[in-house]
Amino acid sequence: MIAELGHIALILALTLALVQGILPMIGAARGIGNWIALAPPAALGQAVLVAFAFGCLMYAHVTSDFSVLNVAENSNTLKPMLYKITGVWGNHEGSLMLWIFILAIFGAAMAIFSRNLPATLRARVLSVQGLIGVGFIAFILFTSNPFARVLPPPMEGRGLNPLLQDPGLAFHPPFLYLGYVGFSVAFAFAVAALIEGRVDSAWARWVRPWTLAAWCFLTIGIALGSWWAYYELGWGGWWYWDPVENASFMPWLAGTALLHSAIVVEKRDTLKSWTILLAILTFSLSLLGTFLVRSGVINSVHAFATDPTRGVFILIFLSIVVGGSLTLYAVRAPALQAVGVFAPISREGALLLNNLLLTVAAAAVLLGTLYPMALDALTGDKVSVGPQYFNTIFIPLMAPLLAAVAIGPMLAWKRGDLAAALRQLVPAAIAVAVAFAIGLLLLDGRSFMTLLGLGLAAWLAIGTLCEWALRVKLFAAPAAETLRRAKGLPRSAWGMTVAHLGVAVVVLGITVSQTWQVEVQQVMKPGDVAKVGPVEYRFLDVSPVKGPNYTARQGRFEVLRDGEVIREMFPAQRRYQQPPMETTEAAIRPSPIADLYAVIGEGDADRGWAVRLYWKPMVSLIWLGALIMAFGGFLSLSDRRYRVGAPARKRVTAAAAAE
Amino acid sequence: MRLTYLIPLLLFVLIGIGLAVGLTLKPREIPSALIGKPVPEFQLPPIQGHEKGLATTDLKQGAPSVVNVFASWCVPCRVEHPLFMALRRDGLAPIYAINYKDKPADVAKWLDQLGDPFTQIGADLDGRVSIDWGVYGVPETFIIDGQGRIACKHVGPLTDWDLDNKIRPLLRDLKAGRKSDVKC
Repeated sequence: MIAELGHIALILALTLALVQGILPMIGAARGIGNWIALAPPAALGQAVLVAFAFGCLMYAHVTSDFSVLNVAENSNTLKPMLYKITGVWGNHEGSLMLWIFILAIFGAAMAIFSRNLPATLRARVLSVQGLIGVGFIAFILFTSNPFARVLPPPMEGRGLNPLLQDPGLAFHPPFLYLGYVGFSVAFAFAVAALIEGRVDSAWARWVRPWTLAAWCFLTIGIALGSWWAYYELGWGGWWYWDPVENASFMPWLAGTALLHSAIVVEKRDTLKSWTILLAILTFSLSLLGTFLVRSGVINSVHAFATDPTRGVFILIFLSIVVGGSLTLYAVRAPALQAVGVFAPISREGALLLNNLLLTVAAAAVLLGTLYPMALDALTGDKVSVGPQYFNTIFIPLMAPLLAAVAIGPMLAWKRGDLAAALRQLVPAAIAVAVAFAIGLLLLDGRSFMTLLGLGLAAWLAIGTLCEWALRVKLFAAPAAETLRRAKGLPRSAWGMTVAHLGVAVVVLGITVSQTWQVEVQQVMKPGDVAKVGPVEYRFLDVSPVKGPNYTARQGRFEVLRDGEVIREMFPAQRRYQQPPMETTEAAIRPSPIADLYAVIGEGDADRGWAVRLYWKPMVSLIWLGALIMAFGGFLSLSDRRYRVGAPARKRVTAAAAAE
Repeated sequence: MRLTYLIPLLLFVLIGIGLAVGLTLKPREIPSALIGKPVPEFQLPPIQGHEKGLATTDLKQGAPSVVNVFASWCVPCRVEHPLFMALRRDGLAPIYAINYKDKPADVAKWLDQLGDPFTQIGADLDGRVSIDWGVYGVPETFIIDGQGRIACKHVGPLTDWDLDNKIRPLLRDLKAGRKSDVKC
């Protein structure tokens, strides 16, 4: 009964989404006030219905109603409650439900917060958002119904993939989808602006907070996914350039570019058609990611169970959304007039450079992701594109970008003075020299990549701090004056400083952990000691452990430093009953200095156990840095100008003066 | 000038056509396609100090057999190795091996040290034959029926549990000529 109610609510939501998608659009074109006014209530109604349907599915999962096929296939009575709830989105149908749930929430939020938008723009934005909803709800209803029943109902469910029974992964999809779906708002604004034929700084000011929020969520989502791969897969790595990872990384790269180009539109009223294109591309890449993950065109370690009809549906949907918006772009974008002109050396120029490098990077990732498929189609060869390709292409693109990040904010709008900016960055140059010296001192192999990474991290961190110091007149004015200026600094400026520092932290983490990581793989027997970098792991014993829905073999290690025991670690190998599957539970002791990481594999008392032991210096900084970036984004989001929506004219001037 | 605005659309059309073609391909079929199919045609030379290599004909002798893909540099192979010694003592079926990308001296030393449970070993120096077998990584173990068809494939090291619940029952079923309900 509950499942049927959910199904009906979903069908009603589809009809409401159709209303929201069609009538306001026509109303805005023909000037029919009543039809224009339909958009916000339709968006709110759709949100209520979708939330209700999502709640019904969750209820079926929580109560283990195995007469619902989706529950029978993915849940199990033994599963802990947390994973019964998060298991709702641990499968294809449920994750799509989460997707439209978040889409509907964004739609409702737009309806609520867009009161001071011009009426026609508001109607068109919500209408585009409604049409996206139509596509996804129809996709669920026609190809992936989560409410389908099974007769006779099985006594017990098949259970959730144990790899997904994990807090990191439980919250990874919601954040990821908040990011993907959040970019639909920027997309809706872009399409509406193309239809209206008008893009100005007010438009950019409306788009930016949504884009920023989506970007923050996506950053957290990707970081969570990478963290999960690090500790749950037990391979010791944190990024594999897997197609599914790339699917989330491409919109992030494009979204980062969008975030920065929207600043130019807002402040300088130029780069308009480019920003519109980026908004379209960012959401298109989110959709493309969905297609790649769910259609089975590419092979990946963590793609969903696939089905050709779903692939065909998404491809058609993709063609309509992306093809349609790009056609609109081709027709309307030439008419968008740039107002502000700027010299190559200027804040705009620096942001454009940022955009170019990020877009090329996104294109390179796309190429690497699609290449195996293209080659298969053309020659029938099966290949996979590995880290080698991505690293070769990525590092040369990121190095100049990171170098420019410190310089860009120092340049003035319109026409900047590079020499003056570089003079301000002398402390950063000194920091680079110190980083090189430390690197050369510690490094036997004198690896160029390590020096590059250390240098960039130092340059970026100190350069960002220099810019901040300049703003608050640190040491240049009395302390009281500096404090007053720091207090008066807009949150968006703080946000930028924090986010850029976050990037430096990520770069440092990647460089140090890649260079100085120590990995030991061997067969060990109880009592054996292995030297791993500056520490020693002593293998004590292995004992059986019983969990709620698994049994495990748990190893016990003592970690010694200079002969003293500093840690005990318990890596385990779990065998789940339902579904029958083994997972590796790496034992990890994170710390800012170095992570200790131990994995126990197959073996027995006579033969010994295959173990992998690591010493991973500063690897935690990678995720910490990502969180700092997201925090910077949220800080910027809390800026006054965004909170009050479209601010009064006077306030705009005040904010602009503070920049 | 207006034409430059068409570039994104044209690129997308190209990608879209590619994706449509991609939908008709099945990248996942490689591993599963081998189950129930005859083993690939191959002929491998022996490893250093052995007389016989391994070839397709060895696997079509009428009785079921086991083929293990291993390397001396592979730690999990070392872990599963005693299980093959045990299987050899059972005498249920001949155990063949494909030695994957190994140095001749290393594998000889490895077998001297740990014992040699294998009836015949083929040296796959460049890994070409293993690709035909659809091998992702070492170790992998195949069960072959008497007619030279792949009945089962196990990826990763065998455990006691696998040996008792998969390998041995399946070999017994194949020998008795009855339909097996062992899941691979």
